[in-house]
Amino acid sequence: MKTAPTKTEGSGEPRSGGSTAGALLVRTVRANMRQYGMLVALALIVVLFQIWTDGNLLKPVNVSNIVQQNSYILILAMGMMIVIIAGHIDLSVGSLAAFVGAAAAVMMVEYDMAWPLALACSLLIGALAGAWQGFWIAYVGIPSFIVTLAGMLLFRGGTQILLEGQSLAPFPRGFQNLSQGFLPEGGPLSDYHDLTVLIGVVVVAVVLVQQWRDRRRQQAYELEVLPLNLFVLKCVAIVAAVLAFTLTLASYRGVPVVLLVMCAILIGLGFVMRNAVIGRHVYALGGNKAAARLSGVKDARVTFLVFVNMGVLAALAGCVYAARLNAGTPQAGINFELEAIAAAFIGGASMSGGVGTVLGAVIGGLVLGVLNNGMSLVGIGTDYQQVIKGLVLLAAVGFDVWNKRKVGT
Amino acid sequence: MSSVLEMRSITKTFPGVRALSGVNLTVRSGEIHAVCGENGAGKSTLMKVLSGVHPHGGYEGEILFEGEPCAFRDIRASERRGIVIIHQELALVPYLSIAENIFLGNEHARRGVIRWNETVRHAAELMRRVGLHENPQTRVADIGVGKQQLVEIAKALAKRVRLLILDEPTAALNDEDSAKLLDLLLELRSQGIACILISHKLGEVRRVADTVTVLRDGRTIETLSVRPSPGAPAEVSEDRIIRGMVGRDLDHRFPERTPYRGEGAGAVALEISGWTVRHPIDHQRKVVDDVSLTVRRGEIVGVAGLMGAGRTELAMSVFGRSYGVYAGGTVRLNGREVDTRTVPAAVAAGLAYVTEDRKTYGLNLIDTVSRNISLASLPGLARAGIVDEHRERRVAERYRASMNIKTPTVFEQVGRLSGGNQQKVVLGKWVHADPEVLILDEPTRGIDVGAKYEIYTVVDRLAAQGKAVLMISSELPELLGMCDRIYTMAAGRLTGEVSREDASQEVLMRHMTMDRSRGPR
Repeated sequence: MKTAPTKTEGSGEPRSGGSTAGALLVRTVRANMRQYGMLVALALIVVLFQIWTDGNLLKPVNVSNIVQQNSYILILAMGMMIVIIAGHIDLSVGSLAAFVGAAAAVMMVEYDMAWPLALACSLLIGALAGAWQGFWIAYVGIPSFIVTLAGMLLFRGGTQILLEGQSLAPFPRGFQNLSQGFLPEGGPLSDYHDLTVLIGVVVVAVVLVQQWRDRRRQQAYELEVLPLNLFVLKCVAIVAAVLAFTLTLASYRGVPVVLLVMCAILIGLGFVMRNAVIGRHVYALGGNKAAARLSGVKDARVTFLVFVNMGVLAALAGCVYAARLNAGTPQAGINFELEAIAAAFIGGASMSGGVGTVLGAVIGGLVLGVLNNGMSLVGIGTDYQQVIKGLVLLAAVGFDVWNKRKVGT
Repeated sequence: MSSVLEMRSITKTFPGVRALSGVNLTVRSGEIHAVCGENGAGKSTLMKVLSGVHPHGGYEGEILFEGEPCAFRDIRASERRGIVIIHQELALVPYLSIAENIFLGNEHARRGVIRWNETVRHAAELMRRVGLHENPQTRVADIGVGKQQLVEIAKALAKRVRLLILDEPTAALNDEDSAKLLDLLLELRSQGIACILISHKLGEVRRVADTVTVLRDGRTIETLSVRPSPGAPAEVSEDRIIRGMVGRDLDHRFPERTPYRGEGAGAVALEISGWTVRHPIDHQRKVVDDVSLTVRRGEIVGVAGLMGAGRTELAMSVFGRSYGVYAGGTVRLNGREVDTRTVPAAVAAGLAYVTEDRKTYGLNLIDTVSRNISLASLPGLARAGIVDEHRERRVAERYRASMNIKTPTVFEQVGRLSGGNQQKVVLGKWVHADPEVLILDEPTRGIDVGAKYEIYTVVDRLAAQGKAVLMISSELPELLGMCDRIYTMAAGRLTGEVSREDASQEVLMRHMTMDRSRGPR
């Protein structure tokens, strides 16, 4: 799942000898401390539970499970990260997800609408809901906390009105596949899921080419790059991770459909936030709103679009969740907003805005997701799970605060 | 007469800047002692040292208060000794009552429970002493600024003040309220309360002060006795004080100007006419009043004025109406009227504004040098909405080299650079936006001499390329050294236009301290 090139360029003086390479590495790591820290924490958690569950955690079926169980939270977390970078918050995403799930159910179950059309309409509803909230926040100037708190009530109520307190089911097979489906088997039969292996190989190739081209371009501009041995090490690590992950999936039923959807969002939003003008404007607004405005950033428009994006993602998460349950229910999406916000903060967001990456939100979401799954496997009750997740959130942000104070930013 | 306060050879340095060097200040008991100096002369820093905002240990020198050495760790410690400072921006809580504000942090309470009757009675008594006739239960938000100032003084009296420090107390007051306040100071003096008055208004200083100490460049220049005995007429003229404030040697150096002789040289590039702005909250008050000015291509034009003259407000209002409420006026660029109602429109028209407050309005401190430089011109660096990162880097590297921005890489966080280098980043951002007119607001505030020279070089180069530069500055030598013409502002109005040949610090200061009747506000 390695996607956009990582931020190796965020550091250092021109290279001059071996000792700087280590210093460069230290500085790169320190600059992205929270993300690297969380990556390490994620790895530790995985190893810990792998031992604790006697190897059950990383069994192919369970890996598929983790992906599918957490997909909707991860989708929400990516959008939430952008909202938080912009200096806002969205409390309504859980309710909105439920509302859109309910709407999708009404469209498909009561009106027999074709599922692709229903899905498109659902996303449109999400966009409109996001636009509604964005309007009040960006153009009227009501704090996002208030607007989305209102939205939380509004959409929850709307869900109950739509469903009249009942669950609506079942959905067409195609819609269910959004959450439960896998890519089709194809090609010569082997012990592995062939298409998945193929995808893994393609991803590896693309990543390697991308890394190499990036390195060449940086050298062409006489920018500093990682020394070759470290670069090779990094590539080997990426390749190993991608192959291990795809082979694990391939030895069960292959790539879940929802994983592809998530990767597309991650790559797309990651690219926009890093490379598009509007992404830069989001960071600038969150970092210093006054300075951004005086630099000609159209703050209202950017804020509005951030909430439209969140609305669409909330709608998608709602559809994925409904597809997973195979029903639209009034109780869907409860506490999703809290999980998404927690994932964003664990993944490197800052309360004051201006920092964080979409990839960070995914890492944060996975930390929570693997904790959930692992704790369930070893039989820890949901009561203690909540306590532990709360402490993890506190520890992650506390570590960041402490680290920043030490560096003296 | 014995002295109530003695500050001896106070030296205070901030990273890169020596704000005070060996300042002496002696306040005799029961006198009103004015402290005068240009912006940045060190008046506020000195008062912060005295009141414990800059704690003991962070400065050199000693402070004797009523004969005893003092080592204040914070502002509460100095207040316990009876030294109370009233800042220009009042520190009142608007939605609490007058009585609550007077005893804020100093409540009449028994075991943590406030005794309201005593509070109100005591507040009423203090309010009588300062001549404030209001119900003690009135919310502070509901009374005018003049009365709020009185609340501050009542609050000081509640702390048994021995030495009252007032920082520009009349800056926001109209003439009537100012007169009342000054009378109150005289009244308090007769009760034995000494007072340090920081003021730009020399008329005011002559009226009430017994002694004047003049600061310049962080040093004590002189202490003048204004009147031989309390109540006697003043013996020191305003011009005498002005000479002390500005009479420094021109030890700043300025690069040689290359005049612009290209296309359209001498044509008017920027023309502001009749620009009027009202205060964002108090709509009655005109912060900028009917200002008209011009800047030619290749010309550097200065705007001089003291704090509160409305210079920044004028600039920010012209630049996308970023301050206050627009109340009339037009902007022409190269003879054509342009839309400057929003920042993007102003930028598109060819304006750029480099802020005086780079940390609040100029930079995203948590982002990199490179991204800060590109922020105002991202669309130009992008294709189909996607930023060309390599070009962005090259641009950043170019400004790093041409402006001599000292940073390990262009990916360093701007917040980690020194003030001078941060300023170069802000300037680079706007130079890259390639405007026709640059408004520079205090471009060298808080940076060291070397960096100043580099900034001057950049500004000269811009003018030599045919840009029109409007430069706001509180440092008169800087304006004299850099500008072809200088406008002066006071209380929101233009009070003069002086050519380079006729300009001197004395002339400018006279225009800047001109106390024109302001009319109703």
